[in-house]
Amino acid sequence: MRADLLADPVDGLDEALAAVAAFDGVLAGGLLRPQAAHVAGLSALADAVAGSPLAARVAEAAAKSAAGAAGEEHFLALAAARIALLGSVHDALTVRLDEATGRVRADAPVLAPAEPHAANLLAAARAWLSDLARAGWQGIDHDLVSGAAQVVSAMLPDLGLRRLAVLLDGFAAELGASCPGAALERIPLRRWADLWSRAMLLTQPGAAGFPASGTATGRLLPLGVELNEHATAVHAQVHAVFEPADGSGARLVRAGAAVPKPDTVVGAGVWQLLRPHLSLLGAVSEGRAMELTGMPITAEGDLVWNDGHARLGEPAEPFATARVALPVASAAATAPLDRHPVRIAEPVFLEGYTISTGEALTFTIAGFPIRVDTSRVPEAGPLTPEAVAASSACIGLVRWDDGEFTVQPLAVETMVKKKVTAIHAGAWAGGTADKQGVKAEKAATEAVAVLRERAGRLLRK
Amino acid sequence: MPAWETTSAARVLEPARPRKLAKVPFVELADGRVQGVVSSGSDIARVYVSSVAAGSFAVSCSTNNNRPCGGGGHCKHISGMIQEAVLQYGQERVARYLRLEVPSGSSVMQELYKVRTPASDRAAAASVFSRFLRHLAYLELSAGTAPLPEMQWFPPVRAVA
Repeated sequence: MRADLLADPVDGLDEALAAVAAFDGVLAGGLLRPQAAHVAGLSALADAVAGSPLAARVAEAAAKSAAGAAGEEHFLALAAARIALLGSVHDALTVRLDEATGRVRADAPVLAPAEPHAANLLAAARAWLSDLARAGWQGIDHDLVSGAAQVVSAMLPDLGLRRLAVLLDGFAAELGASCPGAALERIPLRRWADLWSRAMLLTQPGAAGFPASGTATGRLLPLGVELNEHATAVHAQVHAVFEPADGSGARLVRAGAAVPKPDTVVGAGVWQLLRPHLSLLGAVSEGRAMELTGMPITAEGDLVWNDGHARLGEPAEPFATARVALPVASAAATAPLDRHPVRIAEPVFLEGYTISTGEALTFTIAGFPIRVDTSRVPEAGPLTPEAVAASSACIGLVRWDDGEFTVQPLAVETMVKKKVTAIHAGAWAGGTADKQGVKAEKAATEAVAVLRERAGRLLRK
Repeated sequence: MPAWETTSAARVLEPARPRKLAKVPFVELADGRVQGVVSSGSDIARVYVSSVAAGSFAVSCSTNNNRPCGGGGHCKHISGMIQEAVLQYGQERVARYLRLEVPSGSSVMQELYKVRTPASDRAAAASVFSRFLRHLAYLELSAGTAPLPEMQWFPPVRAVA
């Protein structure tokens, strides 16, 4: 990987992010009675998309908002403008990253809206998000935030609404813990504006669709697993190289499973919630490939997993996959509405770096340091920041946040008792004999059992 | 190091810490209260619904059938719930949520004992119990394998080395 390219400035990036930041400041104070400084933030956003098809609608929305007279459609236009700007940032960063990795990327898929679905719930979510925008982060209180609970509860059982429901659930929990907004000492402006605008977009009927556009038949070689979670949801995503049986070129793909959970099921205990739905997690722990037959896949390279289309294959060591198969695999493009820098998670194989453990852990590759984000390494696995800091090779995801590219380690090779040993963040995904892992799994099993017993007695009445 | 204001993946909340749920199956910091459900020691079908309000420290404790708890004031259910809240969220976060000053060496419950308990907030119980039922409903939700790109905003939380 050419780390020098990741350190180079990207043209136009600062200007785009300045417009985003200006608008993010507006949401802190809210749009009920915008102050003069906020009017400037609205104009900055409108000006930034003035050359795009959104121009007229965003200019109108900015004007209405500045006058404190904005309606839901105006908030939606502002959210769309912000998403478009960050989409352009995503695109520029992805081009840069592909130059650095030498990876070939497919053209962006054409947007195929999903079937409109549950319009009344989407409208209720939009109404709540609009109230949030009016109040601003500094104006939130418990009454306002708790308004999300009913919408989320109604949405969660419907898999077609899961994306928005899980997002709103995590977002509302953060807001709830931050009430009253007037007393907030610091505000995660970028993050909350991200979550707000993304949720606003997903309230558009059809926006949350992921039609599987094809099927995958061939060999799947896992590289590693990332785990994402908030208090009441957990998500595991496997990154892998797919070698089609028809001999066409190898591709990078993902496969994941997600499930809502009680907030007291934590740590390594979350794997057992996901394991029954994704046999791939077992293959990852065993270091095996999987053979796919007719597995549904989206144009973005996401396998929509169904155990019926997969069977366990031959042993396949992820570091061998990373050394041999990854360099020749091509990547899929992100769907238009999903483009955002947070989506950048590009699998890479790194070796021959020097490690610095000063203020931050960095790998220096050919003279250029890249920060290693060990805060993303889940505690639900055997990989530790210490092992990363003593590694000689690394399978990771290149990410971008707040102006810099970083590497999230998925696995490393390091010396254990004078032998090169691979340690994988997702090693416990399929099950573990590790003492701590077993303890955490048992605790989670007990927690679920207690809650089920309570539910059995109390929900009947 | 990334700045809080301009980081998409800023970690706002720490995950709950693991704890045994047998005595206090549910506790949360929500709706301006530390609130939870405490299993009765004598009747397996009964739970106590307990809460302490942030700021006013008003307490409420009654059974799920809306009978007031006989323990009065800071009963054992309230203290048990607070103890588990501290286990789950950490003392600092519970104290901050309650807007309660807890000097070092003291505990949330010790400081609450010092406060003269205002008239109890009876209306809280019904809403806390319904929050508990909502919480239990998470057990019944199915998993999905469709892509969930929104979870990219929710990386795991780990102390940076």
